[in-house]
Amino acid sequence: MSRLLPFFGFLLLAALLGFGIWWNSSHDPTAVPSPLINKPAPAFALPKLDEPAQTVTKESMLGKPYLVNVFASWCFACGDEHPVLMAESQNLGIPVVGYDYKDDPNDAKAWLAKHGNPYNTVITDESGHTAIDFGVYGAPETFLIDGKGVIRYKRIGPLTPEIIAQQLKPAIAALQKEAP
Amino acid sequence: MGNFLRTALLVLLIAITGVVAAQAIDPLPFRDHAEELRFQHLTSELRCLVCQDENLADSNADFARDLRHKVFELMQQGKSDAEIKQYLVDRYSDFVLYDPPVNAHTWLLWFGPLLILIAGGFAVGYTIRKRSRASMPAAPVDSGDDW
Repeated sequence: MSRLLPFFGFLLLAALLGFGIWWNSSHDPTAVPSPLINKPAPAFALPKLDEPAQTVTKESMLGKPYLVNVFASWCFACGDEHPVLMAESQNLGIPVVGYDYKDDPNDAKAWLAKHGNPYNTVITDESGHTAIDFGVYGAPETFLIDGKGVIRYKRIGPLTPEIIAQQLKPAIAALQKEAP
Repeated sequence: MGNFLRTALLVLLIAITGVVAAQAIDPLPFRDHAEELRFQHLTSELRCLVCQDENLADSNADFARDLRHKVFELMQQGKSDAEIKQYLVDRYSDFVLYDPPVNAHTWLLWFGPLLILIAGGFAVGYTIRKRSRASMPAAPVDSGDDW
């Protein structure tokens, strides 16, 4: 029995290694968990891309759930995500707000004209100051905000059809169930 | 000649390091040197989230510059180091700190090695006692010189 002990030790280490490999392949080790989930979204007042004189604020969006998708014309992964949004954004049942992050408005307009515009509204944050309040550190990122202005879900990285089906849509359905 | 070459190389090296250091740290209107030192110390303890193996002070990433400016802005508002760190933790989680705080998520990280050490100590103690008990009847005249 005691001769087998090193063998069991080896099995234990092999199991740990296997678990580590599985964990790292099923989780993104660089994704930073957002501490903002289930907390009120930060106050924001950002101009619309089409009509910079008009601003969209947190207050103006209260009452109904909506999705905020952080993108930029310079963001490579946003190009991967874009076709997914084009196909899915109108099937989500809630408004999708495009959040143009640290981008030249003209570049963003050209980008949306070229690839299509999946958003109900696009707001611009050229300086990126408001994005710090949202805990944004890269694009694309996506926030689901409920009618009370609370962040309920966040995705860091591109939305994929799988993530929309397995995470986002159930989260939206749960919100719509609890809404009066 | 050799001396000249060595001096020239040294001058070149110093010039290069100077350029590299100056690139990472953009000029900010510090009031005095003490404030600049405090800023550099604080940003060296914060992680750049885009380039996760770099700290805020050293990173050339655009995002790191934005956060550096935010840290500077908060310093100008008279916020303490702890308040500035809390501001960033509220938005970016503990991950933004290079020195993880002790809490429910990190206790294993902090005390895990100690637990393993204690478990190892018990294992060694158990083995020694078992061996000495096993060897007692076999070597009743053991003078103890072996140890």
